[in-house]
Amino acid sequence: MVDGTHHDVDSVTGTVTTGHVWDGIRELNTPLPRWWLWIFYATIVWSIGYWVVYPAWPLVSSHTRGVWNWNSRAAIVDDLALLKAQRGPMTDKLAAAPLETVASDPLLLDFARAQGRAAFGDNCAPCHGAGGGGAKGYPNLNDDDWLWGGKLADIATTIRHGIRSADRKTRQGSMPAFGRDGMLKWSEIETVADYIRSLAGLPVDSKLDVAAGTKIFVDNCVPCHGPAGKGNHELGAPDLTDVIWLYGSDKAAIVDGLWNGRGAVMPAWSGRLDDTTIKALAIYVHMLGGGEK
Amino acid sequence: MIVDHHIDRIAPKGAGTEPALMEIVNSAEVVPLHPTAVPDNEAEPDVALYAARKHIYPQRVTGTFRRIKWIVLLVSLGIYYLMPFVRWDRGPNVPGQAVLVDLAGGRFYFFFIEIWPQEIYYLTGLLIIAAVTLFLMNAVAGRVWCGYLCPQTVWTDLFQTIERWFEGDRREHLLRDNTPWSFDRVARAGAKHFLWLMVAWWTGGAWVLYFADAPTLIKELAALQAPLVAYVWIGILTFTTYTLAGQMREQVCLYMCPWPRIQAALTDEHALNVAYRYSRGEPRGSVKKAAVLRAQGQPVGDCIDCLQCVHVCPTGVDIRNGPDLGCIQCGLCIDACDTVMAKIGRPPRLIAYDTDLNIKRSPGNAPEFRIVRARTILYTAIIAAVGTVMLYSLATRRAEAVSAIHDRNPVFVRLSDGAVRNAFTMRVLNMSLETRTFELTVEGLADAHLDIVGNAATAGGRTLVVVGPDQTRELRALVTTYQHLPPFASIPLTFRLVDTDNGAQASVTDNFRGP
Repeated sequence: MVDGTHHDVDSVTGTVTTGHVWDGIRELNTPLPRWWLWIFYATIVWSIGYWVVYPAWPLVSSHTRGVWNWNSRAAIVDDLALLKAQRGPMTDKLAAAPLETVASDPLLLDFARAQGRAAFGDNCAPCHGAGGGGAKGYPNLNDDDWLWGGKLADIATTIRHGIRSADRKTRQGSMPAFGRDGMLKWSEIETVADYIRSLAGLPVDSKLDVAAGTKIFVDNCVPCHGPAGKGNHELGAPDLTDVIWLYGSDKAAIVDGLWNGRGAVMPAWSGRLDDTTIKALAIYVHMLGGGEK
Repeated sequence: MIVDHHIDRIAPKGAGTEPALMEIVNSAEVVPLHPTAVPDNEAEPDVALYAARKHIYPQRVTGTFRRIKWIVLLVSLGIYYLMPFVRWDRGPNVPGQAVLVDLAGGRFYFFFIEIWPQEIYYLTGLLIIAAVTLFLMNAVAGRVWCGYLCPQTVWTDLFQTIERWFEGDRREHLLRDNTPWSFDRVARAGAKHFLWLMVAWWTGGAWVLYFADAPTLIKELAALQAPLVAYVWIGILTFTTYTLAGQMREQVCLYMCPWPRIQAALTDEHALNVAYRYSRGEPRGSVKKAAVLRAQGQPVGDCIDCLQCVHVCPTGVDIRNGPDLGCIQCGLCIDACDTVMAKIGRPPRLIAYDTDLNIKRSPGNAPEFRIVRARTILYTAIIAAVGTVMLYSLATRRAEAVSAIHDRNPVFVRLSDGAVRNAFTMRVLNMSLETRTFELTVEGLADAHLDIVGNAATAGGRTLVVVGPDQTRELRALVTTYQHLPPFASIPLTFRLVDTDNGAQASVTDNFRGP
């Protein structure tokens, strides 16, 4: 005996017991089948195969490569190439179709929206939010209020060239810093801020001098925001009469904008994303709910 | 050799008061399962870590249970090999195969039933029924599944039959295996393995036919144009069938299968098991010796120790040693013993399907069979309940459904004119085989306006959604209200889908959220 202890033999089966007894039941020390042992050895041999075929052993500054030269980076490159090839026909169709006609092909529209959703998550969500919900200073893309236009072509242009970006054809036009640059005095800014709130139907200071406010507004704001304050898509001037305010509708936020100006930027994506992806993005954003015909 | 443990196991309570039985039991001779092991308590045996396999040469047998096994084998293998070729007309553009698992299309077809992926709970129901049916079988007749229906048993049976064609029955095969290799031996073994591989190959071939249109796939397979995965699966199943049914056989039951262990924990003293009737069989002896003893009025058993029960056993069990882990309860030993009993003019069923209680009962007491017990009633009730729920849900299964996911970012949108809008991603399912037009409406908000972005038709103010046969469609639904909502409002909404032709309805509820 290896351990020098006495081993009982179960008389019915003739098998050695382990010596353990539970409620009178003795545990047989049944030997493992030999084929099990061979399978165990076979798995060891198999694992050696892995060392040979796949990257396995760490070296000082590298590791063994394996005879198949497999690596996960190459595998994902292959997967991406395969995916691209599978999407190829639809991608070609989307690339060839004018933006306005995509909607007439339901299959192509679904494809474009799915592509757009993925590209939006990768590129746009950091600022605009996962569903395009926006935040202060970053427009909500689900609503029907557009700074630079909400038609498919407008949206595509904005994505392609950006806003106040380094792109040559970028969207231009910014809110001047009326206070900081000495164009308006503090009291004038307060007056016109109240006047702007009145345009949107928001409650204002009862002592508001409407005539003075109107004069300041006409002299300074109308060139961009229009006589009625309805804004101008050409210049990215927001509609001041609706309920949507990019930086907030309280007086402090409006005064802040008047004093310091506004000029948030959006990067131009034409160099970073291919034109088909930009098309898909425009369709996705247009279909979030606020797209204009 | 007299074995005291043995008495404990087979002697009923109070056996000491039955001297006649004790005499029979005490004179019982027990043949160890592993004759090579040292059966003496006094000796110090070597503890072997690994045991070599003992090759089993099961002998051919005829009789009632063998006939049942043949019928089960023919029916079950017939179903397995031929089912993919059964056609079932479902109309154009739908597979016409009676049983088809369409993984690419995400459909399971079973005659008149078509299951979509989200209805996979039917499979759960089937698995519950299968498990409880196994328990019920066990409560009634032990491992009857193992002996008759288990694929391992059925294919092993088939492979053993093929083996006998080339290698002969037990005796011939044993003798030849002990001769040196000759052309005859090689030819016989070669033919056997070839036919085994053919059967195994066709088993794998039949398997893949359940996953694609069978006639088409066969043509593709023959022309080497089938998908790689089909060849891989045929290869895997060829290998497993050949290995498990040809080579491993009883080793699967003894070492690999969990059911014997589970079964042992689930069984009770009322379950029918293949058992040797000690009280009738012991003491054993030759026919001549038995005749002499019987003439003298001495106690004598019916067992003549011919070992036929052991020779026919596909797992190499000696059933006379009592219940055994290796016993798959196929009943072949019953057939073998009955044949012998008929020859020596003794009544049949010395080995029989019987309960533990009856085996241990004192001679003279009437046998007792209790099929109706708490556990069999419970198992039957569970099967009936799950089956009823499944049938009900299948019978009332609707051919249309709609689901909605509320946008999470943003939860609501304020529009430039002050309206509040919620967006939902909706999916409309048309599980029928015709193109259908549905009207989608929303209820719960008095002035709610429903818009569908993209491809929805609006006719006379109605929102219409067309969904092709056996298809789904995803929609982006916008619900807008001008109502003044209380802060943090959450108003229950119901989207209702109505078939414009037959009025069939489906609905889904969600909430309209405000600022």
